[in-house]
Amino acid sequence: MPAMTSTTDRTDPTAGPGVSAGEPIIRFGDATKVFRSGGEVRAVDGVTLDILAGEIFGVIGYSGAGKSTLVRLINALEIATSGTVEVDGTVLTGLGESRLRPVRSRIGMIFQQFNLMSSRTVASNVAYPLRVAGWPREKRAARVAELLEFVGISDKARAYPARLSGGQKQRVGIARALAANPRILLADESTSALDPETTQEVLALLRRVNRELGITVVIITHEMDVVRTTCDRVAVMEHGKVVEVGDVYRVFAEPGHDVTRRFVATALRDRPSSDVVARLRARHAGRIVTVGVDEAAGSSARLTRTLRAHGVDGTVVYGGITEVAERPYGSLTFELVGDEAAVEAAVDEFRSYTDLVDLGTAAAPREVPSVVRPRDDQAPDGDAHPGGTGEGSVGRPDRRGPDSGPLGGTGTNR
Amino acid sequence: MSWDQMAPLLADAFGQTMYMVLSAMVVGGVFGLIMGIGLYVSRAGNLMASRTTFAIINVAVNIVRPIPFIIFITAIAPLTDLVVGRRIGIGAVTFAMCVMTSFVFARIVEQNLVTIDPGVIEAARAMGASPWRIIRTVLIPEALTPLILGYTFLFIGVLDMSAMAGYLGGGGLGDFAIVYGYQQYDWRVTYGVVLIIIVIAQLVQLLGNTLARRMQRR
Ligand SMILES: Nc1ncnc2c1ncn2[C@@H]1O[C@H](COP(=O)(O)OP(=O)(O)OP(=O)(O)O)[C@@H](O)[C@H]1O
Ligand SMILES: [Mg+2]
Repeated sequence: MPAMTSTTDRTDPTAGPGVSAGEPIIRFGDATKVFRSGGEVRAVDGVTLDILAGEIFGVIGYSGAGKSTLVRLINALEIATSGTVEVDGTVLTGLGESRLRPVRSRIGMIFQQFNLMSSRTVASNVAYPLRVAGWPREKRAARVAELLEFVGISDKARAYPARLSGGQKQRVGIARALAANPRILLADESTSALDPETTQEVLALLRRVNRELGITVVIITHEMDVVRTTCDRVAVMEHGKVVEVGDVYRVFAEPGHDVTRRFVATALRDRPSSDVVARLRARHAGRIVTVGVDEAAGSSARLTRTLRAHGVDGTVVYGGITEVAERPYGSLTFELVGDEAAVEAAVDEFRSYTDLVDLGTAAAPREVPSVVRPRDDQAPDGDAHPGGTGEGSVGRPDRRGPDSGPLGGTGTNR
Repeated sequence: MSWDQMAPLLADAFGQTMYMVLSAMVVGGVFGLIMGIGLYVSRAGNLMASRTTFAIINVAVNIVRPIPFIIFITAIAPLTDLVVGRRIGIGAVTFAMCVMTSFVFARIVEQNLVTIDPGVIEAARAMGASPWRIIRTVLIPEALTPLILGYTFLFIGVLDMSAMAGYLGGGGLGDFAIVYGYQQYDWRVTYGVVLIIIVIAQLVQLLGNTLARRMQRR
């Protein structure tokens, strides 16, 4: 795909000055959008945020948080009531409708419902933005062929959208969004209407768009898994405000807001809940501990070395390691069997370099509510496990704080 | 009256009906399309939202459309006089038909445009298309199938209006059926004309359906 990588081949004479990679390409300055229809809704409320050129930026939040409105400010489908929005060096605030159109044509957008024109073929849909941008016919045809090849649906060029699957439709949507060589691609719930496998394919395509074409991608989602696998940085929104923003890995490791913690919990299912712990105890008589696995602290190889050094048998009975922002992250729950002193020594060594939750043994159970119960809605302390003291079982909170690391992320201890 | 005497009169009546109906379809089609699109795009939250434009067209359509055509003809007689120069005759009737058809079609057009997925329009807007371009290249093509069917439906209504032309000396098939059939107690003539009207309506419906199916390649 040599020509696809030629993002510098920008025929649009109105193209902005062009921000280089790593610098802010989208800047919100106290941006506010108020809808007045009946009541007053502050859909976006005083957002100050920079999105950097070349990154994949996620915006996550519950329904009605204002995510769609925030991204619609970027391509001026909505105009901020107050504050500023700057895109690729152009301040949108105060520009008239006709001056906004060229800005829009430099920003691609894909949608949850694909929004393809049913009266046009796939090729004609992809060619539409090129017509809008005034490309001559011959150049259009070549560009469309190239785009369809890039997204992998060249064989569907002459088909009508109604004949395509959801995944194929979204590929057409992506090809159309990329047609006029945008520097920014906005994806509003672009995978929410797709099955898990197709979702992965579309996300992989978005990563390719970002990597191979250097396009800044803004992904709106309410699925933390999408953020986990795809985004570099993420903003968490609630009631029109950005309540947390940062590196995805950092946000997973140290979520600083309740909403964030709840989202993180949905993406990491490696911690045993109290039900699971009860079943683990029924099955395994030995000492049960949950330890964090991440890049900084303990790799699983290091955990294994510790066990070997102390002559303790460790069986993984629960948990898993996943990737967050393409780095290993997760937790493993071990049943430790061996000499009591050796087990104690191994546990201490684990604690020296990673987070650890000591669940005790079936005979002498222990529990840490904040870690073992990621959800608010579970049984209150002591109900499920009478006799659980919790004393002394938090793994080194002094080192990284109770909310940090693979085990701390989902606590509700605030 | 013999068939030889009647044939040329019937041919005249047929010609008059075709003249009235086709004029109304063309003129009413154009103005109805414009007004219907105007109604749609000026509605709150739409492409060219304008409270005043919407209110004006909407009220006009709501006032004109329910008036029975026979009353409408007399109601707009002063305007007809101004435009056509006469209050009776085929020209006057045709003018009234054009006006009524425009308002009737405006509502049909608007109702068909409402069925378009707003997301598609939003996508075109996000690509930097101007409202005028969106009307030409998104609204009309996306709603073409229902628009053709709506236009076909309109034809039957217009044919119906043309039957009233006799009251203003406009002639046409309806007038012919009454004068040479009903009033002469000649049921063969009445039913003959009815048959002709049915055949015309059937042919047009067939044409409309075929065209609509052609357009619907999805
Ligand atoms: N055009 C509009 N007119 C009035 N209110 C609106 C409009 N668009 C959005 N809102 C309101 O603004 C708030 C934020 O809406 P928005 O669509 O941005 O949320 P969202 O985070 O994208 O939600 P979802 O996940 O459901 O898509 C909601 O309360 C919504 O009702
Ligand atoms: Mg939304």
